[in-house]
Amino acid sequence: MEANALAYLGAGLGAGLVVLGAAFGIGKLAAATMEATGRQPEVAGQVRTSMIISAALIEGATFFALAICIILATK
Amino acid sequence: MRIDSSALADTVRHASASVSDSVHAAVSNAAPGQGEKLDFGHLLDHMKNSQELEFPGGHLELPHFPPIQVGGITFDLSISKHVFFLLLSALIVMLVAVYAARRNRKSSVPSGVGNLVEVFVVFIRDEVAVPNMGKGGLTYLPFLLTTFFFILIMNLIGLIPYGATSTSNVSVTAGLALVAFIMIQVAAIRAQGLKHYLAHLSGGVHWALWPIMIPVEILGLFTKPFALCMRLFANMNGGHIVLLALIGLVLLFRSPAVAPLPVLFGVAINLLELFVALLQAYIFTMLTSLFMGFGMQSEHGDEHAEHAH
Repeated sequence: MEANALAYLGAGLGAGLVVLGAAFGIGKLAAATMEATGRQPEVAGQVRTSMIISAALIEGATFFALAICIILATK
Repeated sequence: MRIDSSALADTVRHASASVSDSVHAAVSNAAPGQGEKLDFGHLLDHMKNSQELEFPGGHLELPHFPPIQVGGITFDLSISKHVFFLLLSALIVMLVAVYAARRNRKSSVPSGVGNLVEVFVVFIRDEVAVPNMGKGGLTYLPFLLTTFFFILIMNLIGLIPYGATSTSNVSVTAGLALVAFIMIQVAAIRAQGLKHYLAHLSGGVHWALWPIMIPVEILGLFTKPFALCMRLFANMNGGHIVLLALIGLVLLFRSPAVAPLPVLFGVAINLLELFVALLQAYIFTMLTSLFMGFGMQSEHGDEHAEHAH
């Protein structure tokens, strides 16, 4: 029972930390993209494409961590 | 100013008192016989795979086949809810694609469904396949289009009432990622030749480092499709969980006073889900073509300088 509770706690804390990191990263990415688009609106399409790719890759790393949280929570 | 703030404080106190009252009521209602948890469990059942197909008049039992043993592995090939909607979306994709192609061939100016499909096809060709893979990528355009439309229809079917999202099942996304993995390797081997493909696995470093580099490179091959699988699965599940949590508020408080919140937020989340369905289909296709492009670029020489990371 005690071990289960600790696992749930770890999963919840872990999910929160993961979201903090990912949100910070993607937020920085979006800020940089908007700045770049503002400076050079003619390359907006290319900048958006590379933003989506980077955001997806950051998200991928996030999901690895979230998978661990899910495993902990469903133990 | 002072009066205002004290009135505000009073209102907040009243509101919080009533909220805590209803929480207490909900918690005390959840005494043994009545099972508050049961309601929640039923909500979550909606997301799980099941052998029943729900529709407005009731539910239908889907056929259950006995599991097949191949070697030491058991395959349960019965048609579950997710399999049903997977097959249904495959059928829809086929019918729509054939219909659109026929329609577009007949008249030189596309209209209606033909026009809609053409917009997506041209978008995938000009914005996804060619920038990531070059002109050689047009060979793999049919695969990318199939992936895109199949995932899109599966995602969208989940938003229709009584529908289920097949892509919220990890087995389905793992299957899609497996196909993507095979296509990425096939594209790389066809573009570089088997010799160069295997040489690339060594990372182009001194042979003494091969025991480290080769496992890392092989692991790198598998992490990409694994991320594809987890991304689609988690994204399609996430929206549903948020919706269920909002609807769960009604069950938790057992009061019509909380209705506006779940309704408003539910509509907003549903609209967001509509966007996410499209975005995830696009991202899956985009990343698959990007990874295929990584493997294909090496033919332009200096592969080791570019890829020895």
